[in-house]
Amino acid sequence: MPQLSMRDAINQALHQEMARDPRVIVLGEDVSGGAGGTSGEREASGGIFGITKGLLPRFGADRVINTPISESAIVGAAAGAALAGLRPVAEIMFADFVGVCMDQIYNQIAKFRYMFGGKTTCPVVIRTAMGAGMNMGAQHSQTIYALLTAVPGLKVVVPSNAYDAKGLMIQAIRDDDPVVFFEHKALYPRKAEVPEEAYTVAFGEANVLREGDDATVVAFGRMVPFAEKALDTLAKEGVKCDLIDPRTTSPLDEEAILESVGNTGRLVVVDESPPRCSIAADIAALAVSRAFDSLQAPVEQVTAPHAPIPFSPALERSWVPGPQKIEAAIRRVLEKR
Amino acid sequence: MQLNPQQLRDAYRRMKTIREFEERLHVEIATGDIPGFTHLYAGQEAVAVGVCTPLTDADFIASTHRGHGHCIAKGCDVVGMMKEIYGRRDGLCKGKGGSMHIADVGKGMLGANAIVGGGPPLAVGAAIACKVRGEGHVSVAFGGDGSCNQGTVFEAMNLAVVLKAPAIFVFEDNGYSEHTGASSAVGSKDISGRARGFGMPAERVDGSDFFAVHAAMLRAIAHARSGDGPSAIEATTTRFYGHFEGDPQKYRAKDEVARHRETMDCLKRFRARMETDRALPVAELEAIDREVAALIDSAVAEAKAAPLPTDADLTSDVYINY
Repeated sequence: MPQLSMRDAINQALHQEMARDPRVIVLGEDVSGGAGGTSGEREASGGIFGITKGLLPRFGADRVINTPISESAIVGAAAGAALAGLRPVAEIMFADFVGVCMDQIYNQIAKFRYMFGGKTTCPVVIRTAMGAGMNMGAQHSQTIYALLTAVPGLKVVVPSNAYDAKGLMIQAIRDDDPVVFFEHKALYPRKAEVPEEAYTVAFGEANVLREGDDATVVAFGRMVPFAEKALDTLAKEGVKCDLIDPRTTSPLDEEAILESVGNTGRLVVVDESPPRCSIAADIAALAVSRAFDSLQAPVEQVTAPHAPIPFSPALERSWVPGPQKIEAAIRRVLEKR
Repeated sequence: MQLNPQQLRDAYRRMKTIREFEERLHVEIATGDIPGFTHLYAGQEAVAVGVCTPLTDADFIASTHRGHGHCIAKGCDVVGMMKEIYGRRDGLCKGKGGSMHIADVGKGMLGANAIVGGGPPLAVGAAIACKVRGEGHVSVAFGGDGSCNQGTVFEAMNLAVVLKAPAIFVFEDNGYSEHTGASSAVGSKDISGRARGFGMPAERVDGSDFFAVHAAMLRAIAHARSGDGPSAIEATTTRFYGHFEGDPQKYRAKDEVARHRETMDCLKRFRARMETDRALPVAELEAIDREVAALIDSAVAEAKAAPLPTDADLTSDVYINY
C-alpha cells in the first residue's frame, strides 16, 4: 500500500471527491495562488501548505476559487453555496483566523438546519490548519477545536494520521451536515499507509490504537503520536494502556471511552489547548459523571497552561503538552492503587 | 513643509536602518537561527518613514504582519526588536510576541498584527482617544493591499468617517496579497477610490518616493487636525522578498525583484534627490550607512547572546492580577 503524508492524503481526498461530484468546489486564500501575478504561473501556491495542489489545473477556476483575504466572505459564501446545492470546501488558512469569520460559522452555518425547522442542509466543509510547535506565535498556532465543538450543529474533525485524514475528509465532503476539519500543521509531513481508492472513516467512531488494562489514554491530533511515544517508554516497564483517538470531537464516541475506562479505571486525557472548557475537561466530566464507580484514580488532564501560545521556542516547547508530560500523568494515575 | 538637514538625516537613517535590519534578517534566517515566520519589509521603507516622520510618541500607529519597518519608523528600540525576533527574554515583548507581534505602546506603536485587517479598528479606537483628549494627535492604520478586502477594514473606515475620528488609513500596495496578485484580489483595482467611497479624501502616491509619502502625510494630518476626520493614502510600492521568508515566489516574474531594486529602491531615490538638491553631502549619508551597519551588527550579536525566557515566564503576563 502506498505511503502518503497527511498533506498528500488530504490532497488526494479533495481530488477524488471533486472528480466524483461536480457539486464539490474549493475556495480560500491562495488555494491556487498566482492569479494576477507577473510570472504567469497559474498555480503558484496550491495552498500555503500545499493541500489544494493540482486542483486548479484539473478542475478550473470556477470550482477552485482563489479568494481575496476575506475570511467572513469565504466562509459565508461557502455556506450560501451549500444552501444553494453545492458542496463547498472552504479553507481558512490558519485556525486562528476563524476569529475573523466566527459569525458565519457560529451564528449562521451551525444553526441553519435547526432554525429552518430541519428543512434544509448546509453541507459545507471548513478546512483549517491548526497547532503549535512551529514558533508562529499567539495568532497562528491555536487549536480552537473545543470552541467549535461546543456549538450545536457543527461536526468537528481532528485527524491524527494520514489514513484517517483521507477517510475523514471524504466523509466530511459527503456528509450533509456542516463540518469543521482541523489539520495539525506538524502532522502534514507524517506518512502512513493510505489506499489509493476513495474510502470513508465514519464520524463518532474512535480508533483504538493500542490496548491494555492499566489505564485509558485519550488523545487528539498531534497528541496521539506524542501519547504513543509516552506509551513506548512505559511499555518497556510492562505498562500497557488503551490509547483512544476519538478522531471527531463532535460527535464524540463516548461509548468507546466509557467502555475502556470501565475496564481500566484510570483515565488520562491529552489535549493541545489551555485547560478551561477544553476537550480534556469535557472528557474528564464524561468519565466522572458516567463511569464514576469504575474510577480508581483522579482523571489526569494533560493540557497546555492557561496562557496564549508564546513565540519563543524556549517557551513554546513548555506550552505544548509533550510525551514526557503524558508519561508523567500516566504514572500518576497508576500510582493510585 | 521643507525638511531641515537634521530631519533629512533622521529620515534617511530610519529608512537605512529598516533596510539593513531586513537584509540582515534575510541572511540570518537562512542560517536557521531565527525561529518562526518572518515577513520582511525591505522595499517599502519610504512608506513607513514618510508616514511616521511627522508623528510623535503621542500619535499612534497600528501595524501588520509585515511590521518591522513600522516599528523602526515609529522609534521602537532596534536591539529590543532583534532580541524579540530571536525569542529572547529581554526582547521588546519578552520573547512572547515574536516578529508578528512586536509592539511598544509607550511609543504609540500598537503592535504588529498577524491577523490581516486586525489593526485598522484598533487604530480608529486610538483616533477616538486622540479626539477625546483634543491635543491634535492622530492615529494611523497601516494595511496592505490584501487588507483592503477585509470587512474589519471597511467597518473601521466607515466608523472613522461617521465619528470624524483623526485616523489616517495607509494602504501599502506592494502588488501581492500573500501569493496572489493584488490586481486579481482588489475588485476595483483602486484602493484610494474605495476609501473615497466611504466619504474620506484619499490620494495615491508613489510609495518609493519618501517625499511624496511625507507630503501626503502632512496633508492627512492637517485634515485630521482640522476636525474633518479621516483620510487615506494609497502608496504604490514593492517588496524585495517573498510574502514570508522561504516563499519561493512562483507568482513573480523571475527578474521582477531585480528590476524593482533598480527602479523602485526608495533609498537610491532618496540619495539621488539629496545629490540634485544639494541637501545632504554624500559623506554624511555614507557615515549614516556605517553607523547603521554597526548598529545592526551589534543588535544581532546582542540578540544571539541574550538569555532565553524560562518556564517561569510561561504563565506570567496573561493577566495583571488573577
